[in-house]
This record gives sequence, structure tokens and C-alpha cells, in this order.
Amino acid sequence: MYELIEKAEIFNVHKMVIKAPEIANSIKPGQFVIIMGNEYSERIPITVSDWNTDTGAITLYVLELGISTLELARMKAGDSLYAVTGPLGIPSEIKNYGTVALGGGCYGIGGIYPIAKACKEAGNKVISIIEARYSSMFYHEKELHAVSDQVLYATSDGSKGKKGKVEDVIGEMLEEGVKIDHAFFMGCTQMLERCSEATRPYAIPTKVALNSIMLDGTGMCGACRVSIGGETKFACVDGPEFDGHKVDWKELNRRKSAYTEHEAVVYQSYSHGCLAEKKLRQEL
Amino acid sequence: MELTAKERMAIERHGMAEQPPDLRNRNFEEVPYGYTPEEAVAEAQRCLNCKKRQCISGCPVEVPIPEFIALVAEEKFAEAARLIKTKNVLPAICGRVCPQETQCEEVCVRGKKDVTKAVAIGNLERFVADYERENNLMEVPELPDKNGFKIAVIGSGPSGLTVAGDLIQLGYEATIYEAFHLGGGVLVYGIPEFRLPKKIVEKEIGALEDLGVKIYYNSVIGRLYKVDDLFNIMGFNAVYIGVGAGLPIFLNVPGMNLNGVFSANEYLTRSNLMKSYLFPKYRTPMVIGKKVAVLGGGNVAMDSARTALRLGAEKVTIVYRRAREQMPARAAEVHHAEEEKIEFRLLSSPVEIYGNEQGWATGMKCQRYELGEPDESGRQRPVPIENSFFEFDCDQVIVAIGGQANPLITATTPDMKVNKWGYIEVDDWGRTNKEFVYAGGDIVTGAATVISAMGAGRRAAKAIHEDLMKETDETLRPPDEEVE
Repeated sequence: MYELIEKAEIFNVHKMVIKAPEIANSIKPGQFVIIMGNEYSERIPITVSDWNTDTGAITLYVLELGISTLELARMKAGDSLYAVTGPLGIPSEIKNYGTVALGGGCYGIGGIYPIAKACKEAGNKVISIIEARYSSMFYHEKELHAVSDQVLYATSDGSKGKKGKVEDVIGEMLEEGVKIDHAFFMGCTQMLERCSEATRPYAIPTKVALNSIMLDGTGMCGACRVSIGGETKFACVDGPEFDGHKVDWKELNRRKSAYTEHEAVVYQSYSHGCLAEKKLRQEL
Repeated sequence: MELTAKERMAIERHGMAEQPPDLRNRNFEEVPYGYTPEEAVAEAQRCLNCKKRQCISGCPVEVPIPEFIALVAEEKFAEAARLIKTKNVLPAICGRVCPQETQCEEVCVRGKKDVTKAVAIGNLERFVADYERENNLMEVPELPDKNGFKIAVIGSGPSGLTVAGDLIQLGYEATIYEAFHLGGGVLVYGIPEFRLPKKIVEKEIGALEDLGVKIYYNSVIGRLYKVDDLFNIMGFNAVYIGVGAGLPIFLNVPGMNLNGVFSANEYLTRSNLMKSYLFPKYRTPMVIGKKVAVLGGGNVAMDSARTALRLGAEKVTIVYRRAREQMPARAAEVHHAEEEKIEFRLLSSPVEIYGNEQGWATGMKCQRYELGEPDESGRQRPVPIENSFFEFDCDQVIVAIGGQANPLITATTPDMKVNKWGYIEVDDWGRTNKEFVYAGGDIVTGAATVISAMGAGRRAAKAIHEDLMKETDETLRPPDEEVE
């Protein structure tokens, strides 16, 4: 059993600090875990945002999207998760690139933190760029500031930083002639694609952390297969990071949407259950 | 009352009663019901107790077959189960999934002319193991004192369970690292409920845990610890690698990444391990195909096809490149699939999977094949026939044409020798080139059977015992140990 030590809600992203000392001891930046809230859950791959080898805790930011993550979101400190498997995936390649730009949105705001930290330790100039709909949706900022030379913001409503998205910030920097030697992006597929398109004209080596559907996470099932430069790769064992300029985004989006209808069905059965319970309580 | 050989010869083989095909093809309950005690005794009386015990040599783990059958004939069912367990720690499983017709039953004297007339050794094995379990007669055998050695086993599939089971009974501490949240490996993620109920796997693993085998779940070796870490950090004295199936192979034809195209591993893992046939109670979803095509002719293809039917497919078609008699699947599985009205398109192979605008599979184009000269495996090579294409509609394609070696462990253990396909190289006893590192099962042989993996585990356990005892005081060596 894996105890949930701390739980906090940042809009639809949920901070989960979990006791998993073996994972805390072996994980490296860019790797992920697969978690199950209970024995009925799906196996959900989640990037690890932070870890502490002294306390044996790992920090995850879970986007509530679908039933299994909703059930995770309902868990409270002191509860236990049914399964936490990891570390999985190949760690990010960390070296002294010069200037590194990291872009994060959604769960990727927390997700880029360990990569930024490792890049900083490797001697890079680190520019972190994070996006959200509005300013109150940012999180993990203090930590990110501590390992970045610069933290830039983008919000849809303009309430903090630039009005727009990460690719607008990075696009503007590149136009102004800021030299970026390497870029990492983490967030939803649409964001990864747009950011990759922003760095493409400048031929900046760009790594994106792909989030295709996974099952076992050890290469056994092939559910997570993605096309990279025309070659089929498994995101769980060959990735999760790939060259953002070579990803077949259309295929990735299509494969990710395979179970949209099922999500609706299961949500319905879940909310029906909730309604029934509510009604029962009212009657009592 | 002792029967004469003539009387024994006069008894016909007892089949197992089964769920009728048109009932079972819509449920996940086990297909054969099992023997009654009367049937088991009558079947056991068919055994001639030959002097030359060929059946034992036909068994990869050398179960004392005539002896256990004699106990069945005397209605000593639990004793029979315990006798099997001296050689095979998972009899309820092997009784169900072993290909007896090419092993013990193939060489049975009663089946010399016709293997379907052999003594039903597998059925009897299943019966006694079920009898012992269902009547709560399972006993924890007495174990010798601990000898102080710690063994790490990677993977809780059939070979890993065998290694752990054998070594714990010799006084070792055995610890299994399993990547999934449940134990059993292919027994839980691969083989469907209707062929091997998961309760049985759970119970047999529980019996090993009762013996003191420790199982750490959710632990992916190669990532969490490297093989060397298991020695240096965790203090193990030997490591057995039994990680099983590798990466799935997809065909190199257009359309393989369309939605609705699955590897059999994914399809079966969703249904079996994640129980998506019970969706939405279990949250892992499964796309239900109406017209399903399964590529391949092995047991995994049969399992996939029969699962698709039970999940609600209207029509399931198996597409196989060679002829029926060349299908690697067990005869019983092919027979069950045919009974359930699964269609076979033999000597055919897809050249393209068609998709619609939304990117979902809609059909496939196949080419017909004919049999040519024999290849290295001795099977006649399938040769494509020119301009012999045909098409049919399918909204789901399950690819069950095998796999390649999983590199998770070998890539993080660079000083361990692998062959050109990435499978681990071992000697006859499972020793790798790395001292005190052993391997067996599919990660050595490529896809094979449960029992051959168990046989590899049995041999490796012997080698581990021999090698570690050599390292230590001679007096620690058990006096009756056979040195191979």
C-alpha cells in the first residue's frame, strides 16, 4: 500500500504526495509512474514532479480527466493508493546545452520542474515558461523559480504574464533573437504540437513528453505506440520524450481519443450512483 | 479389486462435460466442468501402469504420472495432488493449459494409434488439484531450516513461481519482483478466465506465499533496480530472470496504427488483467468490435478470438498464413474455437488494413498463400499467390503473431549475453554468462508454453542450488541431493 501523505487541489489538477521510498530512491528527471487508486481503477501514467529521498515521498500532479483520475481526486491524505509502479520510461537527457527553454502547461507545470532542476545543476541557463487559463491556476511556482534563471508566464485572460500560450512567449523570444539551444515541453498534446511548431523554423532541438494511452508501461502491450519520423515507437519504453519535430500529431490525437465514448458511459454510471446516494441521504 | 489389463483396455476415455458452445460463447465461465470423482476413478483405471514409463519422460517437469494415477484409482485424490506437487507446484493450472497431446499423452501407450485415446492425464491432474483445493485439503509442507541464502526472482509467471516454489522448499529465502499489481504473469494477463479461472491462480500463488515466498508487486526490475543492484544493494545471492513475453510484433503493412488495431497482449491484458469485460465496474475500457479479425494461428490467437466473441462480437475471423495442420495452437483450442463458430481464413495474410476518415479500422485486404518447400522449421513455407487478393469488412483487428525480446532488463545489464534476437543466452540449466544470474521461460526461448517455462524454472532452481552449495561448506549440501 502506498500512503497518500498530502493532497491539495489546484482547480482540476490535484497534488498528490505519496509514500514510495523505493521509487524516490531510483527515479530520475523525465520518468513517470503508473498508479491505480483502487483495484478497479485504470492504470494511469503520471509524470513525477518531485521526490525526497529522506522522507521517501514522491509528488505527482494529476489532471482530473475521466473516471479513474476523478476517483484519485476524491482521495484524502491518509488514504492509500492500490498501486504505484515505477520509475518508468527513459530519463530526460540532461547535459550542458547552454540555454534551455522548458515549457509546461496543465500537469506539465509541475512536470518540467525536475528537468529544469537537473538542467540548472548541469550548468545551463534555464528559462521556464508556464501557461494557464488564469493566474490563480499556477502552482509549484516557488520551486520552479528556485531552479530557473527566468520564469515567464502566459495566461489565456492576460491576468499574469503574456496573454496567450507558451508558444507565443517562446515565439516572441525567438523572433527577438534570444538564443535557445534546447527545448523541453510537457502538457496536453495540442500544446506540445504548437510549441514544436514554434521551435521548428529555428531548428531548435525539441523534446516533448508524450502522453499516449498506456496499459502496462513495460513495452508489453503496444497500446502507447506513436509514429516518430515514420517509425513506430512505444512511448513507455522508447520514450516518453521524443523529437517534437518528428511526431505524427494527427495519429497521436486520434489514438488518444479511442475511448472518449467509454468515458461518457462510465461517468454517467458514476454520477447516477452519486445522485442515488444523494437522494437516499435526503430521504433519510 | 485389481483390474486385469484386458479390463483396463476395455474402458473408453472419459471426456469432460463442457458448457455447450452456444451458451459459453457469451460468458466468461470456464468451458469444461471437470470430472466427477466417479469419472476420475474410471479414467484412472485405464492406466496400464507400464514398466517403461514413457509418460514421465514426456513431461518437462517429470511428474510421477503412473503413481499419481494409481492413487486416483484408489480414490486417494488429495494424496495424488500432493504427489504431483513434489514435481509441479501448479497442478491446477497445468492440468488446464498444458499441451498434453504433444507431451505426456502423446507417448502414452493407450494413445499410440490415436492420441485422443490416451489416458486423460491432464484431466486427472486438474481433477485432483481442484479436489484438494475445493475441499480445503491443501497442506503447507514442512520446510527445512533456512540455509541463509536469498534468491531474487524477476517475474511471477509460471517459471518464476516454479523457481521460488522449488527453492523455498530447499531452505532458501525466495523473493519475487512482479511488474504488475497482481501475480501470475501470463496466467493472469494472457490466458482468459474461461480457460483458466483467476481464482485458481490466486489460490496457487497464495499457497506459495503460505510457504514463505515474498512477492513485491508493482516492481519493474531494470528500472527500479538493476540486476546488479539486487546483489549489491539488496543482498541477494542469486537472481533468476523469468520476465516472459516481450514487445508485440505488428505487421509491416499500412493501417497498423489505426484505432481498433490491437496487439493481442493489449487486448487480452485489458480483458483479463484489467477485467474490462466487467466494465464499467472495472474502469479500464474496451472497444467492442462487431466484426473482428484475429491475425495468427497460435493459442494467443485462439484466446483473442474467443474473448472477442464473449465480449459481444457478431463475427470473428482468424486469418492465418499457413494451413490448419500447421497452426501452433493446441488441438483442443482450435476445436473449441471451431465449435464456437469462429471462422478460419487459412493460407491468407493481410496486405493492408483499411480505415475510415476518423481513423478507425473498417476492413482488410488479404493475399492468398499456398504451401511451398519446407523451411528451416520443417514446416512447408507459405508462398503468396500472385493477384489473389480478397477483402472483407472488420472494425477490429487483433494482432497475435508473436513478439520480440523485451529489452528492459538486458539493456540495463550490458554484461549479460543475449543472442541476435535479444533473448538471454543460457546453458542447459539456465545459467547465463553472469555468475549467479539465471534465466528461463519466454525471455530465453521466445514464446512457448506454460509447462516448458516451468521446466526451465525447475532446471534453474537445481542449478542455483548446486552452484550456491558449491560455494559453501560441503556439510550444508543435503545428503540426498542428486548431482546432475
